[in-house]
Amino acid sequence: MDFMQFVSAFRWIIPEIVVTACALLVLIVEAFRRERGASLASGIICLAGSVVALYYTRCLWNQQTPLFNGLYVIDNFGTFFKSLFLIILVLISIVSLRYAAREEIGFGEYYALLMLGVLGMMVMVSSNSFITIFIGLEVMSLAIYILCGLFRDNLKSVEAALKYFLLGAFATAFLLYGMAMTYASSGTIDVKELGRLVSEHCFDITPLFFCGMSLLIVGFGFKIASVPFHMWTPDVYEGAPTSITAYMATGVKAAAFGAFLRVFYTGFFLFTEDWSAILWFIAVLTMIVGNIIALVQNNIKRLLAYSSIAHAGYILVAFVTGDKVLSSSILFYLMVYAFMNIGAFTVVILLGRKGEPNEEIESYAGLAARHPFIALSMAIFLLSLAGIPPLGGFMGKFYIFSAAIKTHYYWLAVIGVLNSVVAAYYYLRVLMYMYFKEPERELGTIDFSPAYVIVILVSIAALLYTGIWPRTVILLAQHSVSIF
Amino acid sequence: MGSSCFPILSLLIYVPLLGAVTLLFVRREHEAYIKGFTLVLSLIEFALSIPLYFYFNEKTVGMQFVERRAWFPEWGITYFLGIDGISLLLILLTTFLTVLCVLCSWRAIEKRVKEYYITFLFLETAMVGTLCSLDLVLFYIFWELMLIPMYLLIGVWGGPKRVYAAIKFFLFTMAGSVLMLLAIFALYFQFYKATGTYTFDVLQLYNGHIPVSTQYWLFAAFALSFAIKVPMFPVHTWLPDAHTEAPTAGSVILAGVLLKMGTYGFLRFAIPLFPAAAHAAIPIISILALVGIIYGAIVSMMQPDLKRLIAFSSVSHLGYVMLGMFAFNMQGMEGSIYQMLNHGVSTGGLFLIVGMLYERRHTRMIADFGGLATPMPILAIFFMIVTLSSVALPGTNGFVGEFLILLGAFRANMLYGILGTTGVVLGAVYMFWMFQRVMFGEVKKEENRKLVDLGKREVLILCSVVFFIVLMGVYPKMFFKKMDTSVEGFLKFVKERNAYYMASEVMPVKVVLETVKKPAE
Repeated sequence: MDFMQFVSAFRWIIPEIVVTACALLVLIVEAFRRERGASLASGIICLAGSVVALYYTRCLWNQQTPLFNGLYVIDNFGTFFKSLFLIILVLISIVSLRYAAREEIGFGEYYALLMLGVLGMMVMVSSNSFITIFIGLEVMSLAIYILCGLFRDNLKSVEAALKYFLLGAFATAFLLYGMAMTYASSGTIDVKELGRLVSEHCFDITPLFFCGMSLLIVGFGFKIASVPFHMWTPDVYEGAPTSITAYMATGVKAAAFGAFLRVFYTGFFLFTEDWSAILWFIAVLTMIVGNIIALVQNNIKRLLAYSSIAHAGYILVAFVTGDKVLSSSILFYLMVYAFMNIGAFTVVILLGRKGEPNEEIESYAGLAARHPFIALSMAIFLLSLAGIPPLGGFMGKFYIFSAAIKTHYYWLAVIGVLNSVVAAYYYLRVLMYMYFKEPERELGTIDFSPAYVIVILVSIAALLYTGIWPRTVILLAQHSVSIF
Repeated sequence: MGSSCFPILSLLIYVPLLGAVTLLFVRREHEAYIKGFTLVLSLIEFALSIPLYFYFNEKTVGMQFVERRAWFPEWGITYFLGIDGISLLLILLTTFLTVLCVLCSWRAIEKRVKEYYITFLFLETAMVGTLCSLDLVLFYIFWELMLIPMYLLIGVWGGPKRVYAAIKFFLFTMAGSVLMLLAIFALYFQFYKATGTYTFDVLQLYNGHIPVSTQYWLFAAFALSFAIKVPMFPVHTWLPDAHTEAPTAGSVILAGVLLKMGTYGFLRFAIPLFPAAAHAAIPIISILALVGIIYGAIVSMMQPDLKRLIAFSSVSHLGYVMLGMFAFNMQGMEGSIYQMLNHGVSTGGLFLIVGMLYERRHTRMIADFGGLATPMPILAIFFMIVTLSSVALPGTNGFVGEFLILLGAFRANMLYGILGTTGVVLGAVYMFWMFQRVMFGEVKKEENRKLVDLGKREVLILCSVVFFIVLMGVYPKMFFKKMDTSVEGFLKFVKERNAYYMASEVMPVKVVLETVKKPAE
């Protein structure tokens, strides 16, 4: 009987199984492939796998059950995040179909790693136990360490991989140590159980426990790229292949926020005052440092990297409020953020060529006159990042800052919105190059592959939809956080 | 309340947007077609707005042509449109000026013609939308939406320092409006706390109870945002740059409509939502307005650049608008609204004339002109009339507005009235001095001798401006009758609410409600 239960539990994790199976399939296909060069077949498998997994994830909506002795859990929170990761995977694999061919990424393992990374993310957000969170995090991180260094001949790419690996390993150690300390003082690795034990005063709250909590903040803070744990971000984002940068900026950040939320809003919820005081400073620093440094960047990928740090700051504003219902603003923001970032990075990819990435802002000069479509879509993504209505980014900020006001974090909200004015400056700077300046040199023919165009159009549509009719997605997000 | 079920306001908002989207699919080579299409579209828009005037029922206080659709019911965001006598006139001004702008850009804009007209139509959608919105979120969306097209107009088609001016414009305005957004949230949650409903509907929020100490903060945030847009001293510094660098049509629409959004914002939102704070702020705002009037006038005198001169004169004129508004009496308020319209017409006219001169001479420096009346007699006549309107000569529109404002100011506070009157004198000084240096005397520069006088298109544009200058000057009743009831209702409402708040500071709320209602019966 127990065995049957164990077997039947697997039907809850069909999305994870599909993703894993496809990743393994890609590896097998690669093993039997003769010709070198980018593998279209693997790309198609990846795309198909992610769409199928997305379908099955949708079926899990409104289902709630613990699995495998509480190590794993199916709930709306996890399902929302899983859908987000799979949407990201779909978009990134579409972009990669062309990008991998252009950059001559000859090994199909690229797609396998993309999928394994998403598998890790899915595990991270659906686990109720520190151990499973850690496993998910490691699965995700290992895949991404390799993906960052995909351009073996490119120094920057190798540097990115090494840097991310070393610092990442360090941060993981912090996280693990934090988990160990929490376990040592509470006696449980189950997050929900931890919350219950705390509320029932089943163990003494020792300094060790707070130490553990702080170390967890450090560990998660690293993955979401918050200041002062952000040092790796610009270099890694700049050096990694652009498709991977988009994948990291959206997927990894979302996964880390997902796990962070679950741990702190269930396990440590009684200590909201303590951790929100720490996170208040981290949020303010993250916004200010991210935005100020972004002002002087001339490389578009670095600019987007710093902007992604700043956005982590905005999301932390909502995190700090410590309000269970309002934490849905984080989910909504991450969803919107995924579209605007993937869109912007796709434009960056679109303008580059093999060996000539065209990542300097100067190469955007006069873009509007020659390629109005690209300029317009980039403008939409940047304006959405800046939070200008009626785009999704505005609604995201709207929700986050209203949450801050509702919970009386007035100063945090004021700092936040003033930061978004600072941010507007550097987004407008790119716009200025595109619209106000004359072109300095020829960009060459631009490869309008349908792969890019589809992703750009889908992202624009999603941003307009979430900006004008945010209701559906916001209600979904609110249902998702009802588990807290 | 609404006098028709037909969604005329939505139509007014989205017709330009539809036009802009259509233009996206037109090939850029067909410039004549693009221009013609935009002109026809803006004329249709103007024609559509005229029935508003005739079907508007001037006897009722409430909002008319109301449209209300659910948008995000859980949060109380509605798609809620409606106009009263105040916004009605401003909408007419907007659609009228847009036609003129399209006409005056005919030759002036040579590069990226297609994008130019798309931007312009987009801007019109945002402006009309802002004036119609009665839901704070909807309002904020349109309010922010005005920024991007204006940023592009200045930055792409502007003068040599356009990049600086465009970014300064954008950042100034955005800094103000994000703080307003926070105040909107605070107001929203405060209203929820008091009544238990979530709503962004302005008409409902008017009747909420906001503790006076909170009102100060919220009013400050709203007022800052609107004051930047007006612009009031000392946050006016973006305006001269923006005006100087913007193309002619950009300046016209900026002076004519965008600045009015600030004053309109005070009328529609800041004052009625926070009446107690607004009354407490009378001295601050009045003094800043007076400083703006006098400072703007003095700085205008010294400007070598025609557009900069007019820009600073705008600071001065808008000072009158604010002074009249914060007199909180019928004369001041009506004069203030009238002056908004006047400023749109006459300053718009001045920018149009400067634009025409610029097209011929490619300079705006006063020193480069002189004696232009000899080669350009027709322009001289129009320029004279518009200048006279700007200095408020009786018989022109400017007189009606300024006279009422000063009357209101004298009634409210003698000192403000006296100080405000000095601005009239200064205004005459800088305008006439400028006119004299540009138009009269000997033709000093050779280039000016051969200048061609106005063409038919330009005469048509200026004729329509002069038509309104005279019409508004000799038959103001035509406009006042539409706003009388609205303004009266507005003042009565603000007074009652203020009395209620004043009383509530010392008495519990229920008692106050009774005492306030009794005298009204």
